[in-house]
Amino acid sequence: MGMKSSTWTSRVSALFLKDFKSELRTRYSLNALIMFAVVTLTAISFSVGMFSLNSKVKASLFWIVIFFSAMSGLAQVFIKEEESKTSTILKLVASAETIFAGKLLYNLILLFFLELIVVPLFIVMLGFSILNYWLFFSVLILGSLGLVCATTIIAAIVAKASVKGALFAVLSFPILLPLLVTLINVTNLASEGASFSHGLRDLQVLFSYAVVMFVASFLLFDFVWEE
Amino acid sequence: MISLEVKDLSKSFGYRKVFEGINFSIQSGKSLVITGKNGSGKTTLLKILAGFLRPSKGVVIISLDGQIRKKEDKRKLLGFVAPDLFLYDELTALENLEFLVQVQGLGFNKSELNKKLEEMGLRGRKDDLVSTYSSGMKQRLKYVFALLNNPQILLLDEPGSNLDEPGLLLLDKIIEEQKKRGILVLATNDQRETKHGDEILNLDEQSFSVIP
Repeated sequence: MGMKSSTWTSRVSALFLKDFKSELRTRYSLNALIMFAVVTLTAISFSVGMFSLNSKVKASLFWIVIFFSAMSGLAQVFIKEEESKTSTILKLVASAETIFAGKLLYNLILLFFLELIVVPLFIVMLGFSILNYWLFFSVLILGSLGLVCATTIIAAIVAKASVKGALFAVLSFPILLPLLVTLINVTNLASEGASFSHGLRDLQVLFSYAVVMFVASFLLFDFVWEE
Repeated sequence: MISLEVKDLSKSFGYRKVFEGINFSIQSGKSLVITGKNGSGKTTLLKILAGFLRPSKGVVIISLDGQIRKKEDKRKLLGFVAPDLFLYDELTALENLEFLVQVQGLGFNKSELNKKLEEMGLRGRKDDLVSTYSSGMKQRLKYVFALLNNPQILLLDEPGSNLDEPGLLLLDKIIEEQKKRGILVLATNDQRETKHGDEILNLDEQSFSVIP
């Protein structure tokens, strides 16, 4: 037997790659995410029709689509382990920190993939204009980080519950509300073509939110995961 | 030299007390069989020993050469097989093992893993999804996983479940080898398996008996 020490990052990437491979074979989260996003966007597009919406409303609709699509897919990362009863073997082979980091990374990539689909569709279907791309992509990245940090720990909590359905959205909503309000504000600024410095304060709020949620989730995960 | 010590261990789920005040100590080269009726807490006790269930009271101490091991190190010393331990159905047997060694930081290559699968009679099915395996084959795969690290402590819950006669013979071999390597803890009511214990802990009466 060859024993070699592997770095923490290689263990995290092993977990990420396992989840990625499983997802490609089972489409456990991906289908739910894409279907929810496409159906919601189509419904909004048809219902709005010829009405011209202001950028604030469009920014709100954009993050509502992202939020609820994320709710339908990101929780699966832990629910799947509980439902297929593989969480026991995961507890045996990996530390709580490794598991949390691997699942967080997986959810982040999944959310970026979702945004890759939603952003162009939203621009085309709702005529959403972005005049400051730097500000828009900054808010997208920081918003995704905050969203994923919060939803990953909530997903771990929800996975332990017997009634999982609505619990994820119910628990996530109050935690994500300040994030969503800020995201809508900055997205509106980016859409109206405000300068980067104009949105800097909100970006700092988003960054701080992501850092606080990451640290809190990282510290809490051990207690959630163990029992 | 490894030792496993349990001090004043109790576990409750809500108001339901599973067991309380369990004390024992096992040294390297010894085996303990845990028996008891269904619901007496055999599996719960093994899960606490494995470290993924917290006791309500008491401690489990694992020492290697007189040094108490931390939670992280304990994982590396343990092997665990149980009916409610499940591998990833959507991965092949080899992919499962590759993931499990990578995430543990063990440096096995493919040919070494193939050899391990061959030893448990699974080589011909190594590239098949685990979802296509019979329950006996899944049990054999669990043994491949549990023994990857040559564990100092092997915890087995109903070890013979779903195994056919050749599988049971393999199990006897695994048990004998483990008794030479370190500590063996078995949770079972099967007479064929209880004979492997040097001591028996009966959870119904919380009594110890030494097998002559």
